[in-house]
Amino acid sequence: MVQKTIEIPVETSKKETKFQYFFRSLFKSWTGIVGFVIILLLIAISLFGEIMVPYDPLAADFTKKLLPPMTEGHVLGTDQLGRDVLSRIIVGARISVVIGVITVLLAGTVGTVVGIISGYFRGWVDVVLMRIVDVQLSFPFILLVLVINAIMGTGLKNIIISLAIGGWVVFARVIRGEVLALREKEFVAASIATGVTKFGVLFKHILPNLITPITVLASLQIATYIIAEASVSFLGFGVQPPTPAWGNMLSEGKDYILSSWWLITFPGLAILVTTLGVNLFGDWLRDTLDPESTE
Amino acid sequence: MLDFVIKRLAQVVIVVFLALTVVFFLIRLSGDPVALFLPPDTSREQIEEYREVLGFNRPLYEQYGEFMGNAVKGDFGTSLKTNEDALTMVLERLPATVQLAIASLIIALVVAIPVGVLAAYKKNSVFDKFAVGVTIVGQAMPSFWLGLLLIYFFAVQMNWLPSGGSGSPIHLLLPSLTLATYSIARFTRFTRSTMLDVLRMDYIRTAKASGATTFSLVSKYALKNSLIPIITLVALDLGTLLGGAVVVEMIFAWPGIGRLLMQSLLNRDFPIVMAGVFIIAFIYAMINFIADIVYAYVNPQIRVK
Repeated sequence: MVQKTIEIPVETSKKETKFQYFFRSLFKSWTGIVGFVIILLLIAISLFGEIMVPYDPLAADFTKKLLPPMTEGHVLGTDQLGRDVLSRIIVGARISVVIGVITVLLAGTVGTVVGIISGYFRGWVDVVLMRIVDVQLSFPFILLVLVINAIMGTGLKNIIISLAIGGWVVFARVIRGEVLALREKEFVAASIATGVTKFGVLFKHILPNLITPITVLASLQIATYIIAEASVSFLGFGVQPPTPAWGNMLSEGKDYILSSWWLITFPGLAILVTTLGVNLFGDWLRDTLDPESTE
Repeated sequence: MLDFVIKRLAQVVIVVFLALTVVFFLIRLSGDPVALFLPPDTSREQIEEYREVLGFNRPLYEQYGEFMGNAVKGDFGTSLKTNEDALTMVLERLPATVQLAIASLIIALVVAIPVGVLAAYKKNSVFDKFAVGVTIVGQAMPSFWLGLLLIYFFAVQMNWLPSGGSGSPIHLLLPSLTLATYSIARFTRFTRSTMLDVLRMDYIRTAKASGATTFSLVSKYALKNSLIPIITLVALDLGTLLGGAVVVEMIFAWPGIGRLLMQSLLNRDFPIVMAGVFIIAFIYAMINFIADIVYAYVNPQIRVK
């Protein structure tokens, strides 16, 4: 046997941990770094926002309404009820993050399970599930979320459920495709040939290889959910005032567009920076983990 | 090919049917449907009367059967607010939405294809980097916020354009630009990457070597071969444009289906919601259908699958 002679010493000589590899590739891409830093900031703000806020985000003060930025200690000004805009944006970050993350967990889990069942076990279950996916994908996502949310009722819990109902199909479709491709790979055929059971192959070979596409897809989908929540809340559903979500802040601000530009500027900027950061990081993640894939 | 067309056409019918079914049961299952169908200030006697009139005291399957039976005939009931025929009200708003979507599509194509081609041809130039940067921001931009900013800048500050409403091409400008932004970003990125792939091909090198001018190289050889994937993406994105129109119509008070649907959702005018869902599902499914047929026509591998 020539087995021993073809051992490749590259990985063992470097002794690089996954952690090190992550940062080494991250520092090669400035867009990746920007995205990563924005995400870190966002997580920090959503965890410690309450300590960071200069004012109570819910406290109205009618003597100080519609103050422009940089007046009387209000860096980003105040709104129509005299509430501090910066404090409301900081607290709003948590809402966006919570909605994005929980939705992606829900939609990702359901979609992945469906995708695996469809792609791995095939048969009539696959046909039925993919029909459902096809049907749902042929209806505009944002409209679906709006209609479901309007019927279910507003609020944080219902907007998350509405987004997850709208979003799981993307995971199901992509993960099914990945599983189908994995099934054809030699190492899967080899383990089946050596007598590994169907579930053994699934847990040992298929699932570990799904982690990359799931991670990439999840990171990119979060941005979609955050924008969708903001849109829905802007339109009067989703998260309701006085809870400060970026979408409903813009919705309230648009009534004062003639006099107070800051009310329609800063919450939107917060959304843009957030989705930009998540997208940049997601793009980098895709390019790094999955170099073969294109858009 | 005919088999494929029939199969896909059947799918359109299923999509519309299931969309209606889901919305029907969502409405029925989300608490008291009469409360959903009526404005909050309705008196108790009126609610009971409506329960009788709308048939909510009958079994669910009977209601569903009747609803579907009527829906097939195009009867979705009448608006709870104005008593007009729901489907007619939706169809009256259709031209405005189509107008908005087509204007946006034209803007997106006119901007995205030249920019994408040029960015690919001058890869890594300042122009290319700038174009890629703009597309990245464009894809992260929430359309409703962009709409607000455009209103603030062009209507409030400069007073050049109307902030909302309809009636003239001037009114169409801001909404269609808002709606087009995401598509511009997407199409530009896609055109660029498709062109890059094509420009790497051997026949491009051959054409270059045989002395083709830059212009003919790009227009005659490269762009022609990039167009098929671009057209496919455009066709698939038409539906997304239609969905995005809902949000944009609300910001600019554009009298399309999206705005009617939103107002009906807010007013709990569910016959109109059902008619709106029907029309949107139908159009969206038809667009996907046509995109698939076009795609299958240009790419025979799909038909065999």
